[in-house]
Amino acid sequence: MAKKQHVIVVGGGLAGLSATMKLAEAGVHVYLISMVPVKRSHSVCAQGGINSVNDLTRQEGDSEWLHLDDSVYGGDFLQHQPLVKEMCDWGPRIVNLLDRLGVPFNRTPEGLLDQRRFGGTLFKRTAFAGATTGQQLIYALDEQVRRWEADGLVEKFEYWEFLGPILDGNGHCRGAVVQDMFAMTIRSLAADAVVLATGGCGLIYGRSTMSMICTGGAAGRAFKAGVNYANGEFIQVHPTAIPGTDKLRLMSESARGEGGRVWVPRKPQDPRDPLSIPAAERYYFLEERYPKYGNLVPRDIATREIFDVCVTQGLSVEAGQMCVYLDVTELPPTVQKKLDGILEIYEKFRGVNPREVPMKIFPAVHYSMGGLWVDYERDDNTGGLVLGSPRNQQSNVPGIFVIGEADYQYHGANRLGANSLLSCIFAGLIVAPSIENWLKSQAKGSAADQPASLFDDAVMLHQQRMEQLIHNQGEENPYKLHQELGDWMTRCVTVVRNNKDLQACLDKIDEFADRYQNVSLSDKSHWTNQNLSFTRALEDMILLARVITKGALLRDECRGAHYKPAFEIPPTSADDPVKLREQAEKWCRAFKEQSDRWLKTTIAKHTPDVPEITYEDVDTSLIPPRPRTYGLKGAEIIEKTWKEMTKATPVRKPQAAAVSG
Amino acid sequence: MEEDPNGKHPMSATTHIHQTHTLSHEGNGRKISVKVLRQSDPRGGSHWETFEVPYEPGMNVTTVLQRIAANPTNAEHEHSTPVAYDSCCLEEVCGACTMVINGRVRQACSALVDSLLADSPEGIELRPMTKFKVVRDLFVDRSPMFAALKRIKAWVAVDGYHDIGPGPRISPREQDEAYPLSRCMTCGCCVEACPQFNDHSTFIGPAAISQAILFNAHPTARVERDDRLAVLTGVGGIVDCGNSQNCVKVCPKDIPLTTSIAKAGRDTTLYKIRQWFGR
Repeated sequence: MAKKQHVIVVGGGLAGLSATMKLAEAGVHVYLISMVPVKRSHSVCAQGGINSVNDLTRQEGDSEWLHLDDSVYGGDFLQHQPLVKEMCDWGPRIVNLLDRLGVPFNRTPEGLLDQRRFGGTLFKRTAFAGATTGQQLIYALDEQVRRWEADGLVEKFEYWEFLGPILDGNGHCRGAVVQDMFAMTIRSLAADAVVLATGGCGLIYGRSTMSMICTGGAAGRAFKAGVNYANGEFIQVHPTAIPGTDKLRLMSESARGEGGRVWVPRKPQDPRDPLSIPAAERYYFLEERYPKYGNLVPRDIATREIFDVCVTQGLSVEAGQMCVYLDVTELPPTVQKKLDGILEIYEKFRGVNPREVPMKIFPAVHYSMGGLWVDYERDDNTGGLVLGSPRNQQSNVPGIFVIGEADYQYHGANRLGANSLLSCIFAGLIVAPSIENWLKSQAKGSAADQPASLFDDAVMLHQQRMEQLIHNQGEENPYKLHQELGDWMTRCVTVVRNNKDLQACLDKIDEFADRYQNVSLSDKSHWTNQNLSFTRALEDMILLARVITKGALLRDECRGAHYKPAFEIPPTSADDPVKLREQAEKWCRAFKEQSDRWLKTTIAKHTPDVPEITYEDVDTSLIPPRPRTYGLKGAEIIEKTWKEMTKATPVRKPQAAAVSG
Repeated sequence: MEEDPNGKHPMSATTHIHQTHTLSHEGNGRKISVKVLRQSDPRGGSHWETFEVPYEPGMNVTTVLQRIAANPTNAEHEHSTPVAYDSCCLEEVCGACTMVINGRVRQACSALVDSLLADSPEGIELRPMTKFKVVRDLFVDRSPMFAALKRIKAWVAVDGYHDIGPGPRISPREQDEAYPLSRCMTCGCCVEACPQFNDHSTFIGPAAISQAILFNAHPTARVERDDRLAVLTGVGGIVDCGNSQNCVKVCPKDIPLTTSIAKAGRDTTLYKIRQWFGR
C-alpha cells in the first residue's frame, strides 16, 4: 500500500483556503500553516468586489474575451495570456460557487447578484458584499475549511510560522520547517507538495495598505531556497488610501465605482469648507483628463495623476500633508449604504463622517504584481491552460507551488481592481488537481521514504539560526532598521522612478544588509517572541527589497506601475496632420523597439551576493500587445497608426475552453 | 479629445509618498503615559508596567505599541521587552488586536489616542481580555471561539466545489439581514462583556449563537438547522444567556446579537416542541 501523502499549504487567505478545500474534497490530507487564525488573513482587507462576466454585461456586449482584453491591456501586456484567459473563463463559475457557499453578495430586487463597475473597464463586472467583499469571501472559504477540519482532512497549524522548505538531495521539496509562535518550538512536517499562499510583501515599504503579516517572509525564504522571483519591480500603489501613523488604510475603488468623485479646489489650499466651493471652482482632474474612464482609470494612472496634481501643480488640499478629496457626499443614501463598510473605516480612523465631508486621501503601496516564479501548461486548442497539469502554479523547485499574491502571474505590470480576489481563488482551485497529479508522480521516493536525518538536520539548522539571532550582540534595532528600509523604498521605488535614486537605494540596501548582521533583540525569551519573528522577517524584506530595486533599476522603460519618465516615449505634439502622422509613426516605432526589448518577465535568481537577473518571453499568443493609450495625447492617431503597422499579424481567437471541474 | 498631455510628470523621486504620510513625530515633546498589564507566559503572574510614549497627532493604540516595541524602555528608564499582542489588518476587519483599553474591550487599531485622552487625560491603560487564557502580555488564546463555530456547524454544506450554477435566489431583504451577522470577526468583545461567559460556565457565547442563526436562515445551510438548534438547546446553550445585553453594546460591528439570541430562543423552543412530538 502506498504511504499516505500530505500537502502543506502555507497561508490561509483566499488562495490558501481555496486550495485547501479543493484538496480536501479530493481526499488529500492538508497541513494548513498560518501565522494568524486563517479567518484573520489579509484577504479580509479586500473591499470592493470580484470581477466576472455576468448575464447583464453579456447583454451589453461583454464576454470572457473582453475581460481578458481589459486585464492584459490594463496590465500593459506583461502577463502570460493563457493563465489570464483561463481565469476570466472561470470568473462566472467562481462567483457562482461563492454564491452557493453562502457569501452574502448584494442583490438586485429580483434576488440576483448585483454588480458594480470597477477601474479599467467599461462594464459592471464586479459582484460585491457591501464594502467588505474580501472579508465575506474569506469567511465563506474559512467555513468550508472548518468543515473539512471537523472531518479530519485538514489539520490546522494556526500561529505557526513557515521557516523554510526542506529539499532532498535531488532538490525536490519534501516538506517544511515550521515554528510554533507561542512555544517557539521548531519542527518539521513531511509533505510531497508545499503550496505557498503567503500574500504580498508591502511591509518592505514600511507602511502600506497591507496587514502586519505581509512581510514577504515566506517568499524570501523560498527565494533563498532556490525559487526564482519574477517581476518584483511591479508594485501597485493604490490611488486612494487614508494616511495613518501605523498603516495606510485602503479606501476602496468601489467608492469611485459607486460614483465617488476625486477633486481638488482650483485655488491651491482653498481654506473654504469643501462643500461650499462651487462646482466651477473644483477641479475634477480625472474626469477632465480622462473623459472615457473618468474616476475609474486604471490604478497606476489615477495614482500618477494624484501625484501630479499635488506635487507638480501644488494643488494639494492641505499644505502640510498631501491629499486630494474623494467625495461621496453627493451620493444618495441608498448608494452610500453600499459603501458603509469602508465609510465606517474612514469615520473610525479619521473621526470625520465621509457621508457629510469629502474624504482626504493619498496613494499608498498596495499590491505586489510580482512574486515567486511559477510555471503553467498552455492548451494549444483552447489558448487557456491544460487543467490538472502538474506544471500549473509549480515553481522551479519541484514540489513547491505558489498561488495568490505570492506568485507573479495574472496581473502583469498593473492589476485591475477586483481581479485579485478572482486570481487568488482561481489559482487555489486549479492548483488542487495539479497537485493531485504531482502526488501520483511522487509515489516513489516520496517524503515518507526520506531518511529522518533530512528533516532533523533542517530543524537543527533553524534552531541554530534562532539561537544565533536571539544572542546576537550589536547596535542595530530591527524596528528602526525596518523604518529606514521602508523610507528608502517608498522614496525611490514607488510611483516615479529614476536610475540615480534606484542605484542609491540599492547601495543603501547593501548597507542595511551589513547592518542587519549587528541586529540585537530586545526580547531574548523563548516564549511568544514576536521580536524574533519580526527580525527574522526583516532579513527576508532586505533580500526582496534588493530584488525589487534591482529589477526596477535595470528596466529602462515605462510599463504599468513601473514609471520611469526618462524613458517615456514623447507624446505627439503637432497640429499639422502630416507632421502628426510622422510623429505617430515615430512613436509606434519607438514603442515597437521598447516592446521588443522589454516585454519580458524579469527573473531574479538568488545567489550568495546579489540576485542574478535574467529575462523571459511573455506569452502574448491571444491578444497582440498594443500601446496603452489611456489619456495619451494623440491616442487616436497612434492607435490607428499602430493598427496599420501591425495589420499583417492576424489575431487568433480560439474556441472557449470546455467547461470542466 | 481634450485629454491630458501624457508625460507631464516632472516630479522627481525626491517627492515622496512617505513625506506626505509621515504625520508629525513632534507632538510638542508631549508624552503619554501607557500602563500595560504584563505577563510573561500563561503560568506566570501579571504585573503593571508603564511606558512614556511620545505623542503623535492621529496616533492609535497599535501605533503606541509599535513605538514601545521599537524603544522598550519603561517609565523607570529600565530596559524592558516589546509588549506581545495579536494584530493583523489594523483596519478593524480582522478582529485580531482586541484588548481591554481603559476598561473597555475593543480593537487597539481603532482606539484613537486623542479620544482616549479626552476621556481620561491621565493616560491609557491596556489589559488582556479576561475571558481567555493569556498567552503573553496582551495576547490571549481565543481558540474556544473557533471551536464553538465548529460545534454549531457554521458553514453551508454544499455538495461539492464543481460548477453547478448559481446558488439560491436571495431577496435584498434577506441579504440585508444576513450581511450584518456575517461581519462577525470572532474578535471576542461580546464574550468579554458577557457575565455568563466565564471559567465556571460552558456558555457558548453570543457570537456563536448569532452565527447559528445566520446559517439557519440560509436556504442551503438550513439542512443542518436541527443540529445547530440541538447544540443551542444543550449544555452551555441558549438557556445560559442571562440577558444582560452587554454583548450588543460592545460589538464593534454593531451586530444585532440580542436579536439573534431572541431568535435562537424562539427557534430552540419550537425545536424542543418538534422533538417532543417526534418531529
